Amino acid sequence: MIQFEHVFKRYPERGEALTNISFEMKVGEMAFLTGPSGAGKSTLLRLIGLLERPTRGDIVVNGRNLATLPRDRIPYHRRDVGMIFQDHRLLPDRSVFDNVALPLVVTGLGHKEVGRRVRAALDQVGLLKRERAIPVALSGGEQQRVGIARAVVGRPPVLLADEPTGNLDPDLSKEIFQLFERFQYVGVTLLIATHDLALVKSMHYRTFSLGEGRLVNDTRGW
Amino acid sequence: MLKPHSRRRRLPKLAEQFQIWLGQHVQNALATLGRLFDTPVPTGMTVAVIGISLAFPAALYVVADNLRTMAGNWDQTAAISLFLRHDVADEAATPLADQLRKWPEIARVDIISRDSALNEFRALGGFEEALEQLKNNPLPVVLAIYPQAAFALPAQLETLQNKLLRLQEADFARMDTVWLQRFQAILDLIQTGVVLLGGLLGMGVLLIVGNTIRLEILNRRIEIEIMELVGATSAFIRRPFLYAGAWYGLLGGLTAWLLVTLALILLQGSVSRLASLYRSEFPLAGLGVSETLIVLSGSIALGLIGSWIAVERHLHGTEPN
Repeated sequence: MIQFEHVFKRYPERGEALTNISFEMKVGEMAFLTGPSGAGKSTLLRLIGLLERPTRGDIVVNGRNLATLPRDRIPYHRRDVGMIFQDHRLLPDRSVFDNVALPLVVTGLGHKEVGRRVRAALDQVGLLKRERAIPVALSGGEQQRVGIARAVVGRPPVLLADEPTGNLDPDLSKEIFQLFERFQYVGVTLLIATHDLALVKSMHYRTFSLGEGRLVNDTRGW
Repeated sequence: MLKPHSRRRRLPKLAEQFQIWLGQHVQNALATLGRLFDTPVPTGMTVAVIGISLAFPAALYVVADNLRTMAGNWDQTAAISLFLRHDVADEAATPLADQLRKWPEIARVDIISRDSALNEFRALGGFEEALEQLKNNPLPVVLAIYPQAAFALPAQLETLQNKLLRLQEADFARMDTVWLQRFQAILDLIQTGVVLLGGLLGMGVLLIVGNTIRLEILNRRIEIEIMELVGATSAFIRRPFLYAGAWYGLLGGLTAWLLVTLALILLQGSVSRLASLYRSEFPLAGLGVSETLIVLSGSIALGLIGSWIAVERHLHGTEPN
């Protein structure tokens, strides 16, 4: 589902962010991406979501070669990759419902179908009763769950999360990770960047470790 | 639990794509209009500026149009008014007119008798008392001379004028066409002014709309970024801004139309009074259907182009190179 082959990413200002990264993830696989700040975790996720293009090497996601994907096809690729951010990236002036509906609205889906799918997604994250609230009225954990609902509402085959529990206490973090596990059960491929090593160890999934832009460790889970 | 889509999402069929496209457009157009009305004061100000800018050339066009109609009416008036000497009586004028009608240059000759001239003068109002004081009619007989179309050039009219002045009965001849031609030249000047002013103020509208849309884009930068993240096409992101530009244009055009029409209604009274002093009626022509359509489509086009420029310049968000 996700395949990196000798991928390099160099920024003109900062130098090399990723050096010779190669790995492959299968459909329905869940993996953690760890490493110190600045190791290149975010950059790697940004490459998968095509927020940036690699300097060199091939990335194939969901059968698409991202190095050669034309610019006007990028939006369609992003619809297949749900992204979750540490700071949620919610629209503060829109209701929970409208925030979650956004990925469907941009595809031009009809009102009824949007409503049905948004409520299904909110139900999955346990926020069905808060659909009229605006994000600031929610707790940090709830906001993150709205972000997750938005990422999965379009039923993407790939889900990326960049420090999804960075601002949450351990219990809430655990809840969020359990939510991710449930997506994995239905065949979603998940890659989660996190600092939370204790939690990573307790969950026994494949773990990629990045250090200074290199893939220094790739431990299989069991 | 929701299952993810199959490996590769199928692309919608063409008819389906069209339906989606149309639905998005209608929804977008209405949503954008609603958004404009959510902030009535800034929207109103932008629309007013556009409306006033467009009202200027439109009003000038209406002025030129009306002046041209007026000049058209004057083409019917005599080219040369030949004032006969005081001692020529009304009766003597008739054979003279008959004689002149035989001239090849002349198409028509009307006699304005001394009495009818006096009555005409009386009817103007304001002169009754002065005329009462007079013991006899001070006005001469006037022959209104209409030249043949082939002899209507200024130089030819001058020749005719001199020829007429050599008549024994002639006292004085006034040419009515010279100032008419000057008037035509002024009209042409105004028309050029309409084009120039229209061009300049059109540019102004372009800048106003462009700047308004630019600010709107900056205000909604976060929203745009998130829409790009969740897979909005650039066409989808641009659409509301282009619609906003078109709406600004349409509302501005309607404002311009309204301003011109209001001005005409206010002016009609004074124009009617002025026209009645010249013993004629002059209904002011406003913007007709085709002119209105030109103003509206032009203003929509300006709004669209203005927003398109802003969108082109400022909407290059998170897409990689």
